[in-house]
Order: sequence, then structure tokens, then C-alpha cells
Amino acid sequence: MSTKGKAYIVGAYEHPTRKAPDKSLAQLHAEVAKGAIEDAGLSKDDIDGYFCAAGDTPGLGGNSFADYMGLRLKHIDTTDTGGSSYLLHVGHAAQAIAAGKCNIALVTLAGRPRSEGVQTGTNPRMGNPSQPDLQFEFPYGPATANMYAMCAMRHMHQYGTTAEQLAWVKVAASHHAQYNPHAMLPKVVTVEEVVNSPMVADPLHRLDCCVISDGGGALIITKPEIAKSLKRPLVKVLGTGEAVKHQMGGQDLDLTFSAGRWSGARAFEEAGVKHKDIKYASIYDSFTITVIMQLEDLGFCEVGQGGKFVSDGNLISGVGKLPFNTDGGGLCNNHPGNRGGMTKVIEAVRQLRGEAHPKVQVPNCDIALAHGTGGSLGTRHVGGTVIMERE
Amino acid sequence: MAGEERIYPVVPATPGSEPYWEGANAGKLLLGYCKPCNKSYYYPRGVCPMCLSTDVEMRESKGTGTVYTYSVMRPAKPVYVIAYVTLDEGPSMMTNIVDCDPSAVKIGQKVKAVFKPREDGTKIVCFTPA
Repeated sequence: MSTKGKAYIVGAYEHPTRKAPDKSLAQLHAEVAKGAIEDAGLSKDDIDGYFCAAGDTPGLGGNSFADYMGLRLKHIDTTDTGGSSYLLHVGHAAQAIAAGKCNIALVTLAGRPRSEGVQTGTNPRMGNPSQPDLQFEFPYGPATANMYAMCAMRHMHQYGTTAEQLAWVKVAASHHAQYNPHAMLPKVVTVEEVVNSPMVADPLHRLDCCVISDGGGALIITKPEIAKSLKRPLVKVLGTGEAVKHQMGGQDLDLTFSAGRWSGARAFEEAGVKHKDIKYASIYDSFTITVIMQLEDLGFCEVGQGGKFVSDGNLISGVGKLPFNTDGGGLCNNHPGNRGGMTKVIEAVRQLRGEAHPKVQVPNCDIALAHGTGGSLGTRHVGGTVIMERE
Repeated sequence: MAGEERIYPVVPATPGSEPYWEGANAGKLLLGYCKPCNKSYYYPRGVCPMCLSTDVEMRESKGTGTVYTYSVMRPAKPVYVIAYVTLDEGPSMMTNIVDCDPSAVKIGQKVKAVFKPREDGTKIVCFTPA
């Protein structure tokens, strides 16, 4: 069953904080929920479906958080695929709504790695020893940065992608972040500044990496009849796709592409739109290489040509052909809880509503895409793609 | 050149993986092998990830391969080289490239297995330029 047009995003809220030492994780979830519910013009007791990721809702993924917020629910889904979870939640909420399992769904994300001093990129984090791959990988020091760096190294080797091309992704994000008063890194940077920043994990420099921030975000998704009764601009879910990529016992190792190759194709098929129809794209930017690979995988350029595609400001709103991450993205604005999928949807909704900052608002933005990856491009991950339309 | 060496943490073996670690401690790299598929896979496990057969065993690798990709973790002390090595038997595996200048590692470089001590004195496989 297609869910095309069966659900609308009617509430979106990004917490303004980037550092929250005095707020608990549950309080951040509650504050973003409140923000999104108010944005939609609804009240708490209207919510009957809750979507969250087990990884940022400890206490049996959602049980404790539904209790904290006093939600009365008839549907709950705690799918956790890392940073892409919230993109999958949009699709899962659309399915639940279309199936009549709930009417008004809340999705929340929150995290406080900055206050907790988590060295997300450079410090390998020990997982549960029952995770089957852990004993074969963790001893070798897989952090986040060196996993994505291995993708970049191979992409450069195979396709001739350069450090300067990677840098253009950061430069474009910084051009957008300068207009976002909440952005962690609002200063415009140059290609030279990126490639001359300290090397973290060859070939990725410090400025190829996203920020580590506290905060969160939330969405409200509902069925067409309710969406049309509210006062907010109508943002319709046109198509969603998800896909898992792993290594098939080391037989299929190819770190030059992501699951976006499959999730994107599924979302485009359901939406029934073409790449030229996409006026704005939110692309998960944990690192600069993440954007280049995913643009290729989603089909915005040929495989191997992502470096050329992003160069010379092609991702800058008002300058290039494909405005991306006009909030400054994870690279400059916000990467709450080390999970970037939520803010990707929120900025796409702002663009479709015409509520992005005037300096970065895409004119006549009627169709937008949000895409993200959860887990690690360097090992195994899940891609999620959402295509939305302003009605 | 190689200075201070990494201390390899011990992650507890899970039921079924003990022979892999016993092999590593004896200087052997063991791969999973699926009899119906007639193919090796890594990491070893009790089912073949290609066909889900449980008619599998562990077989010793020659311990030779090529660097598929790598990265040097610069802020770490000591600095280390993480890599994927594609073994001559076919599968690729995550590892460290050791006993060499980190800046001299290259994609496509031939490497061979070498066994390094873990925190508890037992050994783990790494690779070094052949």
C-alpha cells in the first residue's frame, strides 16, 4: 500500500539550545514535544501516536518518556536506526495513520552529548558485547571520524575526489549558518580554511566534521482531514524509503556508496517525482564526505561525480542548482544527540512553508527532500529518505 | 616509524567465537567458511550470511591481502592506522596496519597478518606491509 498523500507534517520544532547542562534528557524531549504541538496548534491530549528512537529514549524506548510527558497513546514505535531514525519515523507514522492505528503522531529526538563531554568523533565507544560484530571491530579503534574517513579515502582513490571538493560542502553550510542565530558555528569559512584545519582522521580535517551539540527536535504528523482543519501551511508526505546496507560477511565491502542508493529510489518511486522537481534538499552531513556520497546515491549526480557537483557553491541557496541544509546543517548549526535526521526534516518543512530565513529561503519551494544515514557508512547503516510537497 | 604501540582491549568472546580467539592467540587468522556456498566470510559466525546455512566451519586464512582503504587517527595517542584489508580468500575485514610509518600506508598495498598482544596478554590479528 502506498502512503502517498496519506499524511501531513503539521508541526515542527527545533530546540534553540545547543548546550543544556541544566536540562535532563527527558526535559529536552518534553520541551521539543511542546514546541511541535504548539506549532501545529494542537494540545497534548490530541496526540495518540508516539515515535521515538530507543537509543535516545532509555527506559524501554518510549515507555518512560510517554510517562514523563503524560501521553495517552494507542500506537507506539521505537524504531532505532541511529541518526536516520526520525526520517524512518515519518514513513512509519504515515503508514500507521493510513492504517488507522493513530490519528496524530508525535516524533521526538533529544540528546546532550556536549554537556556529557562525549568525544563523539574521535573516541571509540564500547557497545554491548552481545552486538555480534563488536569483538571483531572495537579492538581496532573504530571511532566515528575514522570510519567516514575510510569512505572518503576510498572515494578519493576511486573517483579522484579532492580535499577541496569535500571542503565546498562545509563552505556552503557555513554560508547558510551565518543567518541562523542559533547556529553553533555561524562564521563563513573558505575552502582554504577547511583544508588547512587540523587533520583528524586522514583525509578528513576538523572542519570536515559536524558539531557536537545538545538539543533536539520534534514533528507532528497527521491525516489529511485533520491537517486541513489546522491553520498551518500544508506539507504533504509524498514518498518515503528506507534501506539497510552492510557487508555480507565481508563479501560486499564497498565504502563508496550508501543505503541512500536504495532508500532514495524507493522514495522517488512512491512520490512519483523527478530530481529536477526537488527545489531543496536536506542531506545528512555528519561529515563532508557523507553529503557527497549521498548526493550520488540519491541520483542528483552521476556516481563518482559528487565532488564536482558540490564545488563552486552549487549547494548554496541563491547561488547553486541544489540548495541544501539552509539552517547550516550538522556541519555548522546543530547535530543534537549525534543524530541528524530530525533537523533534516525540520529545515525541509521550513522551506516548504516559506519559513526559512529570508536570505536562504528557496523561491517557490514546493517539493523538498530530506535524507539521512544512521549507524556508520564505514560499517553498517540504515538510510531513510522522505519527499514532501507543499500543497 | 612505529613508536609506542596500541594496547588492544579485550572484548569478551561470545558463545561460538572462542575458537577464533584461541586461533588468534596461536598465531592463526580464522575465517568463517560455508560448505554449501564454498565461500569464506568474515567475521566468523554460526550461520552463513549469504545463505543462512549452519553447515559452516572455521578455516585458517593465509593471512595475506591488500589494503582496501585506511585512515590515520591523528588525535589518538599513540596514533593508529585503521583499515579494511581484502584477504586473498575474498572477504574484507577491519583491522589495524602496524609496524610501519602511518603516513606511508597506501590503498592497494600488499599486507600480511601479524599478531599483537591484548590487555590480558592473549593476541589479536593485525596487518603489516608484506
